[in-house]
Amino acid sequence: MESESQLRAFLASLSGVDAVGAEARAAKLATRSLKKSTKLTALDLAISMVDLTTLEGADTPGRVTSLCVKAMYPDPHDASVPSAAAVCIYPDLVARARTVLGESRVKVASVATAFPSGRAMLNVKLLDVREAVAAGADEIDMVIDRGAFLSGRVGQVFEEIVAVKKVCGSSHLKVILETGELATYDNVRRASWIAMLAGADFIKTSTGKVTVSSTLPAALVMLEAVRDFAETTGQLVGVKVAGGIRNAKDALRYLVLVNETVGAAWLTPDRFRFGASSLLNDLLMQRLKQRRGAYVRPDEFSGD
Amino acid sequence: MSERLDVRKTYKLLINGAFPRSESGRSYEVTSLKGAFLANVAQGSRKDVRDAVVAARGAQLKWWSQSAYNRGQVIYRLAEMAESRREELAEHVALAEGRSAKGAQTRVSRAIDRIVWYAGWTDKIAQVLGSSNPVAGPFFNFSIPVPSGVVGVLAEQDSSLEAFVNAVFAPLAVGNTVVVIASERRPTPSILLGEMTATADFPPGALNIITGYTGELAPTLAAHEDVDGLDLGGADDEFADQLATSAAGSIKRVLRAKKSDATSLRRLRAFVETSTVWHTIGQ
Repeated sequence: MESESQLRAFLASLSGVDAVGAEARAAKLATRSLKKSTKLTALDLAISMVDLTTLEGADTPGRVTSLCVKAMYPDPHDASVPSAAAVCIYPDLVARARTVLGESRVKVASVATAFPSGRAMLNVKLLDVREAVAAGADEIDMVIDRGAFLSGRVGQVFEEIVAVKKVCGSSHLKVILETGELATYDNVRRASWIAMLAGADFIKTSTGKVTVSSTLPAALVMLEAVRDFAETTGQLVGVKVAGGIRNAKDALRYLVLVNETVGAAWLTPDRFRFGASSLLNDLLMQRLKQRRGAYVRPDEFSGD
Repeated sequence: MSERLDVRKTYKLLINGAFPRSESGRSYEVTSLKGAFLANVAQGSRKDVRDAVVAARGAQLKWWSQSAYNRGQVIYRLAEMAESRREELAEHVALAEGRSAKGAQTRVSRAIDRIVWYAGWTDKIAQVLGSSNPVAGPFFNFSIPVPSGVVGVLAEQDSSLEAFVNAVFAPLAVGNTVVVIASERRPTPSILLGEMTATADFPPGALNIITGYTGELAPTLAAHEDVDGLDLGGADDEFADQLATSAAGSIKRVLRAKKSDATSLRRLRAFVETSTVWHTIGQ
């Protein structure tokens, strides 16, 4: 996009989202049930897609250390459990996570750009990203400026993502749209396109810090945008859903949605992620239940 | 004037303080002892059992951390509720067990009296099962009974209310939460009693009632690792052996009660652990 007016014209050319249709489709797909070996495969896949997250003011280096160990070995008693995709933490704790994870396959993802509100000066946001990358973050989760987006300054949103992408260097960029604050599915579709056009490697639903987090219909709209983007440009952009996904059942519903919307090419941790913390234990519990044939005690697995 | 339409009742499960239909959407027909249609009752599934255990686990600490006196009041309040609906209970007991009206009344009275009895035990059990132990040192040493946690109960198949009350309120009185699989052929009196808990201040999830086929549901409850105790009252000997074996997989306390246990302490003792604490004397 060369100019803001071009971007504006492009966004205006996007068709509106059939809100009732999207909700009905998401609800319909949510009734699909996975059984037996399919369920086991899906549970393992979901475990490998988890960005194990801790984003609290009370985070300590010790907590991050245990989170990293948990991401590497979700179930220490069973080596066949895949490791999680990444740990997702605040930038000042990236160095610690990097040290603990070492050469492991688990990535370090850091939120940045004045997460979760995104209300800071551009140079502060860029510095935030630069420091996180320098400390060893493989992935950066940035938030878009919802204030600018909602007041129509789409060019500013676009330019900011471009600037952040440049600072990221070889680190992957996930762009958080915060769908719960965007008010309409049309906005979700537009914001998805802005992020992808600006060079996002992933688009992400939510920060998990507002009342309305990831919902199936919002994820559906984003997945459709990703599909359309792949058809027009050939580039495959990933999707991360975050916030409020607490149990295995919810996670499997998202996987069904992914498979039915963009296809199996997205059923890999490189293209689809769950941002969650308590979800991992529920996935492990359900996995063990499938194997043992009996429901499992929740305290079988470490808390976070 | 046209004839008034029947207001037919749907008999549902009790899970986490709510009255859902079975997750499976199934129901089955319950008849009186003489074979007349009585009700369509929700036919619970393994997932309903799982949900009930989650609810019971969530409620356990809340129920136990209320004062013993308060728990007694809550259970007593249920007796009050049952007293005011005793005619309805008696009618169901009469149909389910094939008894005369008078016989059913007697049974309902005994069941309600038994609820009051258990209400009284809540703040007395520690005096009876607990102790102050002599030790060689400047310490107090107490042993106190604490609940096992979540108790699974297979309600007796024949007695539709009395045995249910015994099996359920003994573990509740000492601070456990309960998931009970009601009598398969005679569930309606226990469903009625379950409905009354909604107006008796039980925390949601303290008592969960699943109706359905005992043979289908009991193995799930027995094997569930987050259940700490199991009362096998509703299973015949062979089935009970099988369930006890699978309960051993997660080291549950298992109760195979005798008839004489109804008025003894054995039921109250069945699902408690002994916790011993040391406390310094003086400054």
